[in-house]
Amino acid sequence: MTGVAVLVDHDRGTLSGGALEALTAARSLAQALETTVEAVVLGDTALFESHGADLVAACGAYGASVVHRGIGDLLADYGPDAWGAALSSFVEAERPVAVTSVGTDRGAEAMAQLAARADLPLVANCVTVTPAAQNWQITRVQWGGSLLEDVTLEASLPLVTFAHHSVEAEPADNADEPTVRDFEPELGPDAERTLVRDRVTLTEGVTLATASVVVSGGRGVGSADGFAALEELAELLGGRVGCSRAVTNNGWRNHADQVGQTGTRIAPEIYIACGISGAIQHWVGAMGSKNILAINIDPEANMVTKAGYAVIADLHKVVPAVCDEIRRRRDRP
Amino acid sequence: MRILVCVKRVPSPGSRINVTDDGQQVDSAHLGFTTSPHEECAVEEAVQLIERVTASDSDNNEDHAVVVLTLGPEAAGEQLRYAASVGATGFALVEAEGGLDWDPQRTATAITGAVRSLEADEGPFDLILFGNESADGGNFQVGIRVAHALGRPIVNGIKGIDSRPDGGFVARRETDAGYEVYELDAPCALGVKEGINLPRYPTMKGRLASRKAHIATLDSASAAAAGGQTRVRLHRPPERASTTVVLGDSAAAAPAVVDLLDELGVL
Ligand SMILES: Cc1cc2nc3c(=O)[nH]c(=O)nc-3n(C[C@H](O)[C@H](O)[C@H](O)COP(=O)(O)OP(=O)(O)OC[C@H]3O[C@@H](n4cnc5c(N)ncnc54)[C@H](O)[C@@H]3O)c2cc1C
Ligand SMILES: Nc1ncnc2c1ncn2[C@@H]1O[C@H](COP(=O)(O)O)[C@@H](O)[C@H]1O
Repeated sequence: MTGVAVLVDHDRGTLSGGALEALTAARSLAQALETTVEAVVLGDTALFESHGADLVAACGAYGASVVHRGIGDLLADYGPDAWGAALSSFVEAERPVAVTSVGTDRGAEAMAQLAARADLPLVANCVTVTPAAQNWQITRVQWGGSLLEDVTLEASLPLVTFAHHSVEAEPADNADEPTVRDFEPELGPDAERTLVRDRVTLTEGVTLATASVVVSGGRGVGSADGFAALEELAELLGGRVGCSRAVTNNGWRNHADQVGQTGTRIAPEIYIACGISGAIQHWVGAMGSKNILAINIDPEANMVTKAGYAVIADLHKVVPAVCDEIRRRRDRP
Repeated sequence: MRILVCVKRVPSPGSRINVTDDGQQVDSAHLGFTTSPHEECAVEEAVQLIERVTASDSDNNEDHAVVVLTLGPEAAGEQLRYAASVGATGFALVEAEGGLDWDPQRTATAITGAVRSLEADEGPFDLILFGNESADGGNFQVGIRVAHALGRPIVNGIKGIDSRPDGGFVARRETDAGYEVYELDAPCALGVKEGINLPRYPTMKGRLASRKAHIATLDSASAAAAGGQTRVRLHRPPERASTTVVLGDSAAAAPAVVDLLDELGVL
């Protein structure tokens, strides 16, 4: 083949949002290379029986002209070795001009497994990729998005992942029914070493990542108990409580609540940041918010200067007053 | 049980990241240095894994070690000494010429060589821990390349580890809906994420131990060839211009805040 191969990220047949981003990004790459987008989907026979039609249709709608279905018993569920081996067996047999995916957990990991197996460079978390005869010109993110790095890539087969959320998934304009081709990857004994053995589901309502209101506290909250007022505000607004790393490090809150580079990236309608200075590693997790209200005693704090709205005062006074005001208006007939 | 943890020294920027004029590095002239929180947690997890084994089987006289390895400038000894202050027992510095940030292939080759030489001298590691990604580069691949070169399985994104009595490990990886469980035979490797534990602070005794810690210097770096990814320059993304509307400077701002919430339709 001479197309751009896209590893499609899915969980037992359900596409991840990242998969459609990768297909969308691959279209511009394929256009620059004057070639086609070809999707690679891994699974077992049962998975394709139940989800095959949907997967193929989605890949087609997002611009794949061919869908390569890699079928094997060990591909019933995810495993980094199984996916890495399947992908490298595909690459050896089909010789695509480039392989790409998205920087989700599975996408990033399977691509790194391919890169290690094929002994090829892999440029992770790209935002723009410009192919060239010799050295590809690429811009990628560092520091979880706080810094950009321009690099060149010299490789017999370029491997790149796109940063998750850096491309907006868009269906292709003139999508055709894709051709389906099946292959049975050679997996080898190593593929069994790292299969998912079990799954535990923790039911949760609104997650931090998807909440429309996030009320976060930082070191300025002062203690675990200090979060009671923030909990109350979040509850009144149907939102979730978040925090900074200073808070998790002090053991005031669980790491699951941490917003930032090594925590969760949020995208609420409004982020209410109380007693948080706005270090760059916190900011990259919060910058996807549509609006930011900083409550801080320091008017020079980075969180304040970057926020659209601020109250320059003690959070221990402001947050309860806001709760009271909300209740007062709701009680009004 | 013998565990190796790989950590990388990185600058610790505050409210913004500045770049040197040549665009080759983060300007660290006024900055402290640290490791990624993921790697800090990896060191803590290694120490705790051994504490758990010795607590459950006190007459086990197996050889236990938490060796911490870094590839970087001589100054990266600071990060090794910090690891010593929180319970690590062995330290290896792989000196990288120039102190510049290396590409992930070259980094992985040098670390692989260093692991081989440590294992030849002191015996094999049951487990090698990496961070899920380095704080600066965020390449999501060095651990996977090293594990592959050593012929060992690796799973990234790990937020829980238990050692099995037969020598293997059970590892949990967080997903949107809960977690996935993996079982790996030793020797193996895992990429760890912050949140797996709450790292301890150094004690006075730990600080004293860190001063006496012996750091072995390895030179496996010189043989590592550059990979296919080459830095041209670092630069800051365009900043979102914002003017801050100050709603007040006391609790009397509450009505203005609630008006705003109402306007945004979240009330
Ligand atoms: C590689 C790396 C990754 C990191 N990842 C993350 C991450 O994911 N998330 C994260 O949050 N951090 C992360 N950090 C840490 C980050 O650099 C900061 O140390 C941290 O965000 C600081 O938390 P803070 O704002 O709560 O504390 P501080 O910086 O101490 O700020 C406290 C703020 O509270 C204000 N304040 C104090 N009292 C009051 C009061 N009564 N009322 C109102 N305001 C008050 C102060 O004016 C100040 O602005 C990371 C660091 C590194 C090196
Ligand atoms: N220079 C280095 N020294 C030691 N370990 C490293 C180095 N670079 C990367 N690593 C390890 O590899 C992991 C993944 O790095 P990366 O592929 O750069 O995201 C890190 O979290 C570290 O555990």
